Amino acid sequence: MIADFTQATVSALSVGSMYALIALGVTLIYATTNIINFAQGEFVMLGGMIMVTLYGELNWPLYMAIPLTLVITTLVGMALMKVAYQPGRSTSLITILIITIGASMAISGTAQHIWDADIHRFPPFSGDAPISFLGAAIVPQSLWIVGLTVVVVGALVLFFQFSIYGKAMKACSIDRGAASMLGIRVSAMVMASFGLSAALGCVAGIVMTPMTMIDYSGGMLLAIKGFSAAMLGGMGSFVGAVIGGLLFAFLEAFTSAYISSSYKELVTFIVIINVLLFMPRGLMGPRTVEGFDDDEVLGQ
Amino acid sequence: MTTMIEISNIDVAYGKVPVLSDVSLTVAKGEIVTLIGANGAGKTTLFRALTGVLPKSRGSIVLDGKDITRMKPDRVAREGLAVVPEGRRLFGPMSVLDNLMLGSFLRLTGQGKGAVNEDLDMVFDLFPRLAERREQLARTLSGGEQQMVAISRALMARPKVILMDEPSIGLAPIIVREVFDVIRKLKESGITILLIEQNARMALKVADRAYVMEIGRITAEGDAGDLRQSDIIRKLYLAA
Repeated sequence: MIADFTQATVSALSVGSMYALIALGVTLIYATTNIINFAQGEFVMLGGMIMVTLYGELNWPLYMAIPLTLVITTLVGMALMKVAYQPGRSTSLITILIITIGASMAISGTAQHIWDADIHRFPPFSGDAPISFLGAAIVPQSLWIVGLTVVVVGALVLFFQFSIYGKAMKACSIDRGAASMLGIRVSAMVMASFGLSAALGCVAGIVMTPMTMIDYSGGMLLAIKGFSAAMLGGMGSFVGAVIGGLLFAFLEAFTSAYISSSYKELVTFIVIINVLLFMPRGLMGPRTVEGFDDDEVLGQ
Repeated sequence: MTTMIEISNIDVAYGKVPVLSDVSLTVAKGEIVTLIGANGAGKTTLFRALTGVLPKSRGSIVLDGKDITRMKPDRVAREGLAVVPEGRRLFGPMSVLDNLMLGSFLRLTGQGKGAVNEDLDMVFDLFPRLAERREQLARTLSGGEQQMVAISRALMARPKVILMDEPSIGLAPIIVREVFDVIRKLKESGITILLIEQNARMALKVADRAYVMEIGRITAEGDAGDLRQSDIIRKLYLAA
């Protein structure tokens, strides 16, 4: 009984970390641009796939494989800003949203050509031997996942709290018109937020792939889950994204453990729909919208 | 005297609808110039044209010898124009201190990093109440205090010119007087200000020179003291 509970909790924490990282990426781009990036899951897929090649096949050491994977994915994120956000900016938010869905298909299609249609994984960072804890078997990789997520979220919080660039990004998300009048280049900040979001998704892919495996088409479902987690927590809120991601994974894990794994999405989405019916802005979402001007948001 | 802002014959339109036509205006170094006019006269449109938000279909704007007519808002800020926008546009969920630091964003990310602390001291000297509330979120301040933050944020950029859009709007009369006292103080320290105001009575008291705007055109200009006595202004008062 306790073993089941521990097992489900550990699984929820590691999967929840991944959802939290994806949700953070979604929320970050939403905060600076008001668009939902449905290509967010592709960064996770790319993170996993590039590691499959560099670490799994070419046997590069982690300290070389991880940075290069991060750099490539971040560049893809910035390129996405150039091809999706910038040209669509003068049309409407819905156009950009559809462009991101198209970009998602384009990225996964390209990935199928570069790699193949098979499911991949690479060996966990610290082997496969499970550690036993309160009767549950914990794979060492789940410690990597939770640990790295804590480090990444911590770094993100410090960046927005203390760095002038982090503050400038936050300012752009509150009132981009006012921010630009202070000399802040909004387009550079948007570019940075796309790069950062891509890196966050990439980290999720790097740490999760040994456990969950990945194929070229895995991104879209992850993007939808990350988006739902971000909505559940409150779109635009970083704390909300983490809470939403964890909650989403807990619902899934406990439904699987105590009801049936075929119902895990059903139960999770029923809960999310009900939360959003009564709290449309999510659990941690802003109660009021302030200081924003439609003209500025649409860049007119 | 050096000219800091020189607006020459600009036209501005929203789409096909002309809003400003043939507007010219100059501000010399160290001067306070006010642009007054009733609601809907086009004052805020001029603000948006000056800051680079709106394109100009004709004419030019020169800031301290540099043509800024076609520049975007962030470039205009880089050239040394700081703004106190209508409604203050503070970053509400951020602290007073963060708002002020963002005022010196360009210096913090470029040259002159060291001097930012001096400027903070200067601003807190000017508004001791802000020093007490530096950690408070900007949106929790009173309207008057928020206006002080907005003015301080502009000062933190060490700008060549400060452009203020309706700093007195929505404030209690006592606070309005306080805001104008501050503007007077800034003038003594030699800061150049272009003040867009609906409250002509107060604006003409602090300004050196004034322009009157009616339906998108400059209809009168001159010494602020002279304009206070004139009929045009009495008409504006009644209209407002």
